[in-house]
Amino acid sequence: MSLFLQRMIEGLSNGAMYGVVAVSLVIIFKATTLINFAQGGLAMFGAYMANVFAIEQGLPLIVGILMGAAVMAVVASGIERVLIRPFDPSNHLPVVLITFGIAYILQAVAAWKFGTEFKSFPSPFPAGPNDHIEIAGARLRYERLGVVLVLVIMVGLVHLILNKTKIGLAFRAVSSNTESAKLVGVKTGRTLNFGWALAAMFGGVAGGLVAHFTQLDSGFMDKILIFSFAAATLGGLDSINGAVIGGLIIGLVESPIQPMVRDYVPGFHFLTSDLALLVAFLLILGVLLVKPAGLFGTTRVERV
Amino acid sequence: MSVLEMQDVRARYGQIEALHGISLTVEEGEVVVVLGANGAGKTTTLRAICGMVTTTGTVNLHGTNIVGSDTADIVRMGVAHVPQGRGTFPELSVVDNLNVGAYVRKDKEISADIDKWFEIFPRLAERRTQVAGSLSGGEQQMLAVARAMMSRPKVLLLDEPSLGLAPLIIDDLFKQFAQINAELGTTMLVVEQNANLALGIASRGYVIEAGEIVLSGTAEELRNDDGVRAAYLGV
Repeated sequence: MSLFLQRMIEGLSNGAMYGVVAVSLVIIFKATTLINFAQGGLAMFGAYMANVFAIEQGLPLIVGILMGAAVMAVVASGIERVLIRPFDPSNHLPVVLITFGIAYILQAVAAWKFGTEFKSFPSPFPAGPNDHIEIAGARLRYERLGVVLVLVIMVGLVHLILNKTKIGLAFRAVSSNTESAKLVGVKTGRTLNFGWALAAMFGGVAGGLVAHFTQLDSGFMDKILIFSFAAATLGGLDSINGAVIGGLIIGLVESPIQPMVRDYVPGFHFLTSDLALLVAFLLILGVLLVKPAGLFGTTRVERV
Repeated sequence: MSVLEMQDVRARYGQIEALHGISLTVEEGEVVVVLGANGAGKTTTLRAICGMVTTTGTVNLHGTNIVGSDTADIVRMGVAHVPQGRGTFPELSVVDNLNVGAYVRKDKEISADIDKWFEIFPRLAERRTQVAGSLSGGEQQMLAVARAMMSRPKVLLLDEPSLGLAPLIIDDLFKQFAQINAELGTTMLVVEQNANLALGIASRGYVIEAGEIVLSGTAEELRNDDGVRAAYLGV
């Protein structure tokens, strides 16, 4: 029981990280119906920037992570302006290929600038051997609980921005009907640029959280990105809450569900954690086959 | 000076020219109708004014040529456009549709204006928190008009507002147009196939065929024109 509870917290905190990255995917998808494959690279680079600010310059880690995220917001805004906006947004393939290219460029620059060896990365939360609370024999570590807390704060923040600010209203308008958004005077280019910055900020924070659990290298977000795709697909690619719930579900599938199936269901002992990616892909496939809109996505309602 | 003046306006979609040199004028406070069949270029005429199609020629808004300007900037200059198929924001609530309609405004009277439009269209008030996509066609058209008026435009462009609506609802809607024009003095350019209704609220009109203006005159003259009677009035 205590093992189960411990694994569950582990799963939920992993899920929270997938959720944060999934939200960043959803923000871009809502506005453009595009998948931004550079999102993982932006998050990775954000973590390296946090490393520069916090470890090399000696700033507090939380400040470093936030500054890294802010830098990535500026970088993403520049990328959108220079590499995305000139292309016809209704023609998806070229833009998606460009985001792929950006992902590889970011990885190459990171490897060139910061080296290729794995670097350990601290947690912004207390992570010593005794930093945990014990419930029913299970150790709930602060570094794990903290990640869930960050997810809650970030999602609250994005809802506030989207629902209570003028730029948020404009962003929702562009997401809903780009042509009509122009007709009420919204500058769609600028608004999408804001979306890219917001998404990159989310990714940057996620990168700074994930790095502690995986170590830092130019490819550390690749696997996370796949899980986050699965999360966003499961939740519905245009639903922020769906992305969060999808993330948590994927986290729970990875741990405790997958290890439990391995340990207790006869014939499934081959299901080691190396196969977690396969499970994620199967989930994406299953959702696309059975319920393409995901759990909370909208199949667009339109009456004419 | 005319509020809106189009001179020899040509518009094209890719290689295909849809307007072959349109000229028309709309005076301050006037309701002008453009009649035409499907594919004649009515929608393109409005899109050319709003900078939503590749356009050459001159479109003067209060004497300033706006050809080549960004749509969002044209809206800031006082043009509101209710596109065909409503042009609401289906995922946004009714209230948010009205809020975003006032996007270009910076004054403090936005919520008072929303209340005003809820009084004019009580059906919208009942559905204020519902998403626009769940409204009926008539309600969506009301919302699209209220949304456009939220920017306090000087010129309102209406693209076939009667399309797909029940006759009773259309009657109501056109009464509202006449009232808006009378009370707020909003200049209107309406494109329609429903000539009877449109000529009822218009002072002047144009007939467009295959991308060219073929006839113009006062509402009275058009109503009595044999060609118009045969083609658009069904008599």
